[in-house]
Amino acid sequence: MSSVEESAGGAAGLANAALRMWRDAKMRGALLQGAILVLVVALFAFIVHNAAVNLEERGIASGFGFLSQPASYDISFKLVPYAPTDTHGRVLLVGILNTLLVSALGIVLCTVLGVVLGVLRLSGNWLVARMVMVYVEIIRNVPLLLQIFFWYGILLGLPHVRDSISLGGWLFLNNRGLSLARPEFGPGMEWVLAAFLVGLAGSVWLTRRAAHRKRETGSAPSVLWPVLGLIVGFPAAVFVLAGLPLGFELPAAGRFNIKGGIVIPQAFFALLLALTLYTAAFVAENVRAGIQAVSKGQREAAAALGLSSGKTMRLVILPQALRVIIPPLTNQYLNLFKNSSLGVAIGFPELIATFAGTSLNQTGQAIETLFVAMGFYLVVSLLVSFAMNLSNRAVALKER
Amino acid sequence: MSETQRGAYPPGQHPDLPPPPGTVGWRAWARANLFSSWWNAGLTVSGAFLILLTVPGIIDWTLLKAGWTGDSFKACLVDGELQGACWAIVTTLWRQFIFGFFPEGEAWRVVLAMLLLAPATAPLLFERVPYRRPLFYFSLAYPLIAGWLLLGGLGLETTITSQWGGFLLTLVIGITGIVVSLPLGILLALGRQSNLPIVSALSTCFIEFIRGVPLITLLFFSKVMLPLFFPEGVSFDQLVRALIVVALFASAYMAEVIRGGLQAIPRGQVEAAQALGLGYWQTMGNVVLPQALRISIPGIVNSFIALFKDTSLVAIIGLFDLLGIGQLLLRNEIWIPLDTEVYLFVGLIYWICCFSMSRYSIWLEKHLAAGPQQGTKA
Repeated sequence: MSSVEESAGGAAGLANAALRMWRDAKMRGALLQGAILVLVVALFAFIVHNAAVNLEERGIASGFGFLSQPASYDISFKLVPYAPTDTHGRVLLVGILNTLLVSALGIVLCTVLGVVLGVLRLSGNWLVARMVMVYVEIIRNVPLLLQIFFWYGILLGLPHVRDSISLGGWLFLNNRGLSLARPEFGPGMEWVLAAFLVGLAGSVWLTRRAAHRKRETGSAPSVLWPVLGLIVGFPAAVFVLAGLPLGFELPAAGRFNIKGGIVIPQAFFALLLALTLYTAAFVAENVRAGIQAVSKGQREAAAALGLSSGKTMRLVILPQALRVIIPPLTNQYLNLFKNSSLGVAIGFPELIATFAGTSLNQTGQAIETLFVAMGFYLVVSLLVSFAMNLSNRAVALKER
Repeated sequence: MSETQRGAYPPGQHPDLPPPPGTVGWRAWARANLFSSWWNAGLTVSGAFLILLTVPGIIDWTLLKAGWTGDSFKACLVDGELQGACWAIVTTLWRQFIFGFFPEGEAWRVVLAMLLLAPATAPLLFERVPYRRPLFYFSLAYPLIAGWLLLGGLGLETTITSQWGGFLLTLVIGITGIVVSLPLGILLALGRQSNLPIVSALSTCFIEFIRGVPLITLLFFSKVMLPLFFPEGVSFDQLVRALIVVALFASAYMAEVIRGGLQAIPRGQVEAAQALGLGYWQTMGNVVLPQALRISIPGIVNSFIALFKDTSLVAIIGLFDLLGIGQLLLRNEIWIPLDTEVYLFVGLIYWICCFSMSRYSIWLEKHLAAGPQQGTKA
């Protein structure tokens, strides 16, 4: 073999090797991933470098030192004590608590309303079913932000402070908000709370024991009165024994303001109302789909066994429907939680409006504040999804 | 039976008597549907009471006592008070609601772009459209044509995106988001299912991150942080930033919907395609995706509807879409008390668009369900 042929053979051999690598799926995959990784890392480096340069140029600080600096602005609605001299870290806590409060209340209310609407939609009554359908179709096709503004406008149209709607001096409703009597707890209140928790634990144990006995022997004594006694009677007795440690600071109505009591701003109500009505429409559709997913044969079999329609719903339909309802229901809860961030549009001081809004503008540290705020929502969403996946696996139909 | 009746007909050939009055017609229907039990009757009465309490008042306020024209809310005052709705803000300022700040003389371009949307989308939405083939090419060219009409240049007066507002801006953001989110969502869903670990990990992280945070934080991110991530001097148009964020947001949700559809396809389909020698993209494009997309259609259209509603959030970062421009117009002191009218009008426009989309989705589902099954009937 001459050298020309050898080198020609060598070049062809190299080309062959390259072609074989390209044709091999695994090699291609590895090359592609390598390229993607390089691209992502390069993009990241580009962004971080530019951010560092730009922040330096604008004289914006970096890091989380701002969390211990005073915030110097007041927050209109707070669950924990807060003053303008408190730090941005405290603002973060206040914002998180406000968000959680609105979300928790919204979730409870929308579930109640949604389940009621879903069941009514399936009732045999033509009028009520159509009314629920009209409600759902209207609410689902209009943006939530618009509904929030709408209800805020309506609530702002309530009478002025001097013409407040009042309920016997305990409650004042006007265009600035709702003023309630503030409960003041005396020294013995911790015992009442402890008694309530003990009663709760006792009732849970009693109910479980009764259910176990029913499974074993077929009948068990009623637990209704013992449970009521434990949860209501026992704490009430302790309350009386501790000398009635409960007072109320009534709101005092003036001409231009109402002093004292707890003031709940209109923004809170508007946000809560809009979130509840909006999410309840979606929950109603989920509940309807869940109940309709249970096959008709179940209902017929229950009827053949002589079960009343109430017992059928409670013992046969709902447990099976819940399996279908719960995953999208959890999704709706997460949506409500994320939608509570729209409170920023009407000035409700939840997390985005306070920490990722005013604090961001004051300190200029957009990256840190936004990432902390996004991180909060992300952590809660991932936790809830994870918990739901676990519960899904637990209740999934265990096939043979 | 009376003597005469018995005598008039041979036995067994008497004509049927009419049914008892309570068993046919609307009386029977009412008895079955509205008053079948005490509980049902109670529900009907409460429902009717609720309707009588609210509906006449609403019709009265919105239509009967309303003022329709004028150049300020004062034009609707009767005896110094607003008796009903004052639709003057809508009849006077409807141009701002639809076109935003688009130059007056050039508004015909916006109208033309909106009208051309119909033939551009018709071949994609319906099967039995005449001249479907040529219209497909028109659909492909439509973004360029609409861009030329809206932005100007080449013989038309140029406009800047901050002049776009109102319903025009809502349509631009919504349609761009829809058009971008579907292919991007498909890619993300395929990436999440992929066997390549890095691709799968990156797709999953992206999807879970976007789905875990509210859209408003991402919009703030785009407004405040994007300028920091690029060198001095590179400035992004405010609208482009919002478009990117909305498109990425919608893609993540779309990816989850399509992933649900992909998971419903039996593995046998992929194995059969591989047995036939089809590569990855051929399998996906010809076997898996057509089936997966058909199954996910309700979810996909629901995502579109949610996206269209979410475009209203750009009002918070200073873009004047339909909702934003309504609020801007309300700041003028001559229109301040009319916020309910503005929100009802804006809500009506959103409702018409979203309701039409959901009706289309129901129609499409029925239409596609009827199709393949016909082939399986022997």
